[in-house]
Amino acid sequence: MNPANTRVRFRFAKLGKVRFTSHRDVARLWERAVRRAGLPVALTEGFNPRAKVHFGLALPTGYESWGEYVDIDFRAAELAAADIPTLPERLTPLLPEGITVDASVAIDPRSPSLQQAVTSCTWRIEAVGLSPSEATTAADRLLAAETVTVTRQRKGHDVTDDIRPYIHTLAVLGPLPGHRPAGTSLEAELGTQPRGLRPSELLGALAGDERRLVLTGDDLLRAVANDEPILEEGLVCRTHQWVDGQGARHEPLAAPPWATRAEQRAS
Amino acid sequence: MTTIWPELELLLAKVQKPARYIGLEDGSQRPHHDQRQVGWLLVYPDAYEIGLPNQGLQILYEILNERDDALAERAYAPWTDLESLLRARRLPLFSLDTHRPAAEFDVIAFNLSAELVYTNVLNCIDLAGVPVRSAERRPEHPLIGAGGHCTYNPEPLADFLDFVVLGDGEEVVSEITEVIRDWKAGGRTEGSRQHVLRALARIPGVYVPSLYEATYDGTALVAVEPTVSDAPALIDKRTVADLADWPYPRRQLVPLTEVVHDRLNVEVFRGCTRGCRFCQAGMITRPVRERPAEQVRHMVSEGIRRTGYDEVALTSLSSADFSGIEKVVAGTIADAPNGNAVTVSLPSLRVDAFTVGIAAEIQKARRTGLTFAPEAGTWRMRQVINKLIREEDLYAAVESAYSQGWRRMKLYFLTGLPTETDDDTLGIAELGRNCVEIGRRYHKGNASVTVSVGGFVPKPFTPFQWFGQNTVAELQRKIGLLRDDLGRGKGRPSANRGVQLKWHDPKATFVEGLMSRGDRRLGPVIEQVWREGGVFQEWSELFAHDLWVKAMADHGVSIDWYVYRHRTEGEVLPWDHLSAGLHKDFLWHDWRDALAEVGLPDCRWTPCYDCGACTGYGIEHIVASATPPAGGSQGTGQDLLGGGAVPVTLLGRKPEPVVAAS
Repeated sequence: MNPANTRVRFRFAKLGKVRFTSHRDVARLWERAVRRAGLPVALTEGFNPRAKVHFGLALPTGYESWGEYVDIDFRAAELAAADIPTLPERLTPLLPEGITVDASVAIDPRSPSLQQAVTSCTWRIEAVGLSPSEATTAADRLLAAETVTVTRQRKGHDVTDDIRPYIHTLAVLGPLPGHRPAGTSLEAELGTQPRGLRPSELLGALAGDERRLVLTGDDLLRAVANDEPILEEGLVCRTHQWVDGQGARHEPLAAPPWATRAEQRAS
Repeated sequence: MTTIWPELELLLAKVQKPARYIGLEDGSQRPHHDQRQVGWLLVYPDAYEIGLPNQGLQILYEILNERDDALAERAYAPWTDLESLLRARRLPLFSLDTHRPAAEFDVIAFNLSAELVYTNVLNCIDLAGVPVRSAERRPEHPLIGAGGHCTYNPEPLADFLDFVVLGDGEEVVSEITEVIRDWKAGGRTEGSRQHVLRALARIPGVYVPSLYEATYDGTALVAVEPTVSDAPALIDKRTVADLADWPYPRRQLVPLTEVVHDRLNVEVFRGCTRGCRFCQAGMITRPVRERPAEQVRHMVSEGIRRTGYDEVALTSLSSADFSGIEKVVAGTIADAPNGNAVTVSLPSLRVDAFTVGIAAEIQKARRTGLTFAPEAGTWRMRQVINKLIREEDLYAAVESAYSQGWRRMKLYFLTGLPTETDDDTLGIAELGRNCVEIGRRYHKGNASVTVSVGGFVPKPFTPFQWFGQNTVAELQRKIGLLRDDLGRGKGRPSANRGVQLKWHDPKATFVEGLMSRGDRRLGPVIEQVWREGGVFQEWSELFAHDLWVKAMADHGVSIDWYVYRHRTEGEVLPWDHLSAGLHKDFLWHDWRDALAEVGLPDCRWTPCYDCGACTGYGIEHIVASATPPAGGSQGTGQDLLGGGAVPVTLLGRKPEPVVAAS
């Protein structure tokens, strides 16, 4: 990296309706916010200069998150160290409702990228249509199994994998609250290396034979036409991304205390 | 508050591009709904990424939300994947801002910018849970309205629309709001729908199709006449006298996801008097009304600051004609915040070297594509259509662009124009090749030109409204000529390799032509195509030519009669009871001039031809400068460089409201 630049890591949440924006959309929203804030962002060379923005593991479109990360390079000479902690409150109003910047810290530009550093994520998953007792049976079955072989799509190809090593933990938290559709709340920590297991793939493994997991519109139309019992993904939230530290895992950037309180309220 | 969000969010996880449906754009509003207010749902009946940038919709959205007695939200046509899921889950069309069912609004108002969206209009009405035919609606149903350029012939949609607005919407939306507010206050009682429609018909610029009856003599249309005393025999368009009074949108919507024209847009003038005979927009939006240069500069700098965009488009029908263009461009660059480069784009470039000079000046930071629209391949043909660009003007523009670093540009043409011969058609290929040759002097093999050819559709209120459109087969033959002529390989001109030919599907052109000049008898055809699944007809992957042909056959509608036939001078046209301010005899004379290959210079800086647009409204062309802009002559014979002052006055008289007893 150019020594004239300072790399700042931001932690942000993506909650509510804005969760339906794509990873690419979020990248554009960040670039626009940084430009509107008038911050001295470092630009790429070339005909169409772009801001130097580096994202971590893509969050699938439609999922919420309490802990997303982005690294942005700034021109060091124009960004005072004292300004760095003020950036969250300057940027949050310039981002859409639902995206809240919670922390910012200058990091060593030689530290590994977010993509490499994060080894697992904790997810809160609404399994809509699955009762807590069904969920418990299915979860026990998965956890007791030596291997769980599934066929899933990767880059347009069907790949058969054993996903059992990716399921670090899986817990049934209980029924969804009254204002939500009927279903069960689950919490799972899923590995990300080398390929990563998505919550939708975990649900597919949980669905079993008696319920059809409905992920696409065509699945839903078929299920409605045949009046089949279905399992749908409700809200899915990435609550933590974990980095393996020496001895203890930690988050790439700790949430400030008030954000932790919000987590506790939500759970 | 009612919202379908909890049900909708489960469906959004299963569709393409769900960010289309969430709202939350910077500049969007979430109005509080109050029973005493008139709720408007403004709908662009195409996909979000096409509809969101529409400036007309955004202007009305702000004006209505500023009123105490009104509120407005937006909706766009849900893509087919979401539509199927909504229907399977029995959910209605919804607003984007608060995800409220469409039928809870008092008015559902459509923007009609293109003929091929008509089936989407029916689909949206139906998805809202409202009967598609206006005759079947009851007091509890919202009123269904429409505005936009296609409303200059709304007859094909007459069975489905409760009211139609002609012309500029800024003022008339408020008058409509007041009428509907009174209807609501009166309780929307049984039978009251007829009263509110009659009250709407008394507002200048508002047309209520159900209060008019069409009579025929065999296939010929005899008249479209009012059936009640308070509906006027001739409905005149609305014209905002001074754009300076309407600096909208003040807070342009900034989308969260990609859309077309994703940039700041500032309208610099409305109207055009270049007089291109194929161009409906230029005819129906007269007179020319410029926004003061200072206001443009303010809207640009404020917009850039607020939105974070790094590109601004100065929009109009021919932005290089704006009197203050050089000052505005210089100001925009000087005002750019934090030294960030701002790109200015002029979406409708005039074809001359001067314009290219401006483009080069303003796009130092980042170059957008350059597009020129010579429209026809030979000087003879361009005289017929009154697009008076000489070949040397085009070559000078192209040379200027290539010499300043551009390597590719786009040229727009029409085919199927009146009197067009094969020589005229092939002239398109010749121009393309010549441009590539010029480019090679600067960039060797890297110079290229995209030649984009569209089939010509005659439009109402233009001199070509009497012209019989070319058949699908004829347009296909002409495109075939161009393809052959631009073929590559041994023995072919080497410049052919630099020309990329693109064309619009002649079958879609045919459907546009059908709607463009159709009458009320097309209602059942549109309804059948929609019922058989023909939606999103603007999209080539969903365009369903066969459904149209079948529906026309099923209803005994002749393609020849509606599309391919030349109209005669005395014939009653389906839009004769509407007025864009243009005298029909002016248009007829201009049509005869076209056939005689006589061009007509721009009237801003020459004597008036009495087209009717100014005199009828007591407005003259409002140009910020009394001297014509510097730059190319466009071959009109006008000495634009030498100038020639013409008096500019503004009377600013608005049309008197019609007062009549109901």
